Amino acid sequence: MQLSRDDLTNAYTKMRTIRVFEERVHKEFATGQIPGFVHLYAGEEASAIGVCMQLNGVDYITSTHRGHGHCIGKGCDVGGMMKEIYGRQDGLCKGKGGSMHIADVSKGMLGANGIVGGGPPLACGAALAAKQRKTGGVAVAFFGDGAFNQGTTLEAMNFASVYQLPVFFVLEDNGYAESTSSDWSIGGHNPVLRARGFGIPGERVDGHDFFAVYRAAKEAIDRIREGGGPQFLHIEFTRYYGHFEGDAMTYRPPGEVTEERNFLDCLSFFRARVTSGGLLENNALDQIDRNITQLIDKTVADAKAAAPPQASELTTDVYQSY
Amino acid sequence: MSKKSFRQALNEAMRQEMERDPTVIMMGEDIAGGMGAKGEQDAWGDVLGASKGLLPKFGRERIYDTPISESAFIGAAAGAAINGLRPVAQLMFVDFFGVCGDQIINQMAKFRYMFGGKATTPVVIRTLFGAGLRAASQHSQCLYPVFTHIPGLKVVIPSSPYEAKGLMIQSIRDDDPVIFFEHKAMYADTDEVPDESYTIPLGKANVSRRGTDVTIVAIGRMVKFSIQAAEALAKENIKCTVIDPRTTSPLDTATILESVAQTGRLVIVDEASPRCNVATDISAMVAQSAFKSLKAPIRMVTPPHTPVPFAGELEDLYVPNPARIQAVVSEVVRYH
Ligand SMILES: Cc1ncc(C[n+]2csc(CCOP(=O)(O)OP(=O)(O)O)c2C)c(N)n1
Ligand SMILES: [Mg+2]
Repeated sequence: MQLSRDDLTNAYTKMRTIRVFEERVHKEFATGQIPGFVHLYAGEEASAIGVCMQLNGVDYITSTHRGHGHCIGKGCDVGGMMKEIYGRQDGLCKGKGGSMHIADVSKGMLGANGIVGGGPPLACGAALAAKQRKTGGVAVAFFGDGAFNQGTTLEAMNFASVYQLPVFFVLEDNGYAESTSSDWSIGGHNPVLRARGFGIPGERVDGHDFFAVYRAAKEAIDRIREGGGPQFLHIEFTRYYGHFEGDAMTYRPPGEVTEERNFLDCLSFFRARVTSGGLLENNALDQIDRNITQLIDKTVADAKAAAPPQASELTTDVYQSY
Repeated sequence: MSKKSFRQALNEAMRQEMERDPTVIMMGEDIAGGMGAKGEQDAWGDVLGASKGLLPKFGRERIYDTPISESAFIGAAAGAAINGLRPVAQLMFVDFFGVCGDQIINQMAKFRYMFGGKATTPVVIRTLFGAGLRAASQHSQCLYPVFTHIPGLKVVIPSSPYEAKGLMIQSIRDDDPVIFFEHKAMYADTDEVPDESYTIPLGKANVSRRGTDVTIVAIGRMVKFSIQAAEALAKENIKCTVIDPRTTSPLDTATILESVAQTGRLVIVDEASPRCNVATDISAMVAQSAFKSLKAPIRMVTPPHTPVPFAGELEDLYVPNPARIQAVVSEVVRYH
């Protein structure tokens, strides 16, 4: 597997963008200015980017309540995302959706989702449309360990299997669904075997390792594009913040997050790999970091200054015609 | 008697019923929390903390934290209920009924009738509903009209901490499936709530306030808003009766009709989407049964026919509020 300098720079930039975006939202949420429920993706960046780098304009993704990373991975405008999170008129969904529902259908990003297990059936439909219309498109369903026990997810896997749809099922196992451990909740304790039961090949990878995710995602999506039918990937890692902002995380053993951040962080790991291998230089990466911090500062300032939706927006967009 | 929050009132109701009746069990996602995790057990006590403290008292043999498999555990609650247990299952947000509707609508609701009266399904589904928390379209709906529509289900919607405790205890003791609606924006509301166990019967409305000019029927959180509107209207010498039906199924039609016979004017305040909601149902009932007592058209205060928006500016326009209720009541009173 050979990644060009551009690919590596792109991968780092996008992962870093997610990280800085999420850490900033975390900070701003604490000030009370961000409304509603917010679920942060920090710690899981390698999944969104390792997978989305295999995708192009004809491909689709479905996401979850923890959707910011997937949005950035699929190319959603970061400024529009931040405005959406603040509930502004020119947010990506006009302020009508918020963090849990950011979408940009024009980019193939079919929505973050407030319903656990809401995405996988939609991915089947997107894949079916791509297959029927012969666009060559693939649909990726990102879902969590909790969602892996939802009937809709399991039905979607069977559905994709019997129709041999171009769907990539990506299980993002961050160890918890709210406060419930995935070691407990996933009966059989072997997601890859579960997928195989549906006739869907898959493997397990370390989600702290961008290169492992990238390789596995590339192989799976190549197989899908060659007509190999649905594929599965089990990615293991942890989330750095609470289930949602405001979660005290007392169900986690003390030090769990610190340990992951210090020793297993996907960004540190990436940096070490590319600098020690002479692929990218520390100062180039530092410059990316500075640029991203500036970019996110600006998106937050713009979002704060942006206008809220007009009152007349309340009753628009319910139907095309009525 | 002491001041208790809606959350505490529910907690006390569930605790007292679990103490009284060993067949009462609880099921739901993170209703204790920390299942299989290495940190604190009972870490959540459900998403808003209403069942916190029950796990240490009753243990995992009676408090079932579940995987995110609503069809399975809501259905299992129904299956356990026809076999000697009294499950209280939490469907975290009522919006999620979308993934387990069959077990509620086609299974538990139908058993008694379909089986010729030979099955009893004493299950309570407690569920969060309502707008106001910027939770957007998939976490803010009311949906109680959907359940009110289904024969075989009872639908309970408490309007205060006092009501919540008494109605929850009665719901657990009731022998039919009960969908118990908890407004998420009312969890911190406080009220005088007796320490001891008490019940409030299902199907008996509460007349929160009496006045001779107009009858306001309000559901859930709208009761509080209607009382506020009525207090403001009293200063303009408009006297309102405020009726809280407490349950939309069964519906205490007698109390509503009796009041309308006295006032001749009716305003219904319903936070649910305006088509085929409880307001339209009560309106039709009154138009049919009390046409001659009406001095003015029946009016409904509801949100518009749209999903619940995220942005605060829009959500505040969406949810009925005391000022809107007041304005509509004034119009009704002035009608000639
Ligand atoms: C159908 C449904 N059930 C329950 C919830 C409440 N809920 C939101 S996120 C969540 C946990 C999801 O866990 P997981 O799938 O592992 O995703 P993670 O939060 O870890 O990213 C739950 C129970 C929901 N939104 N939808
Ligand atoms: Mg998870």
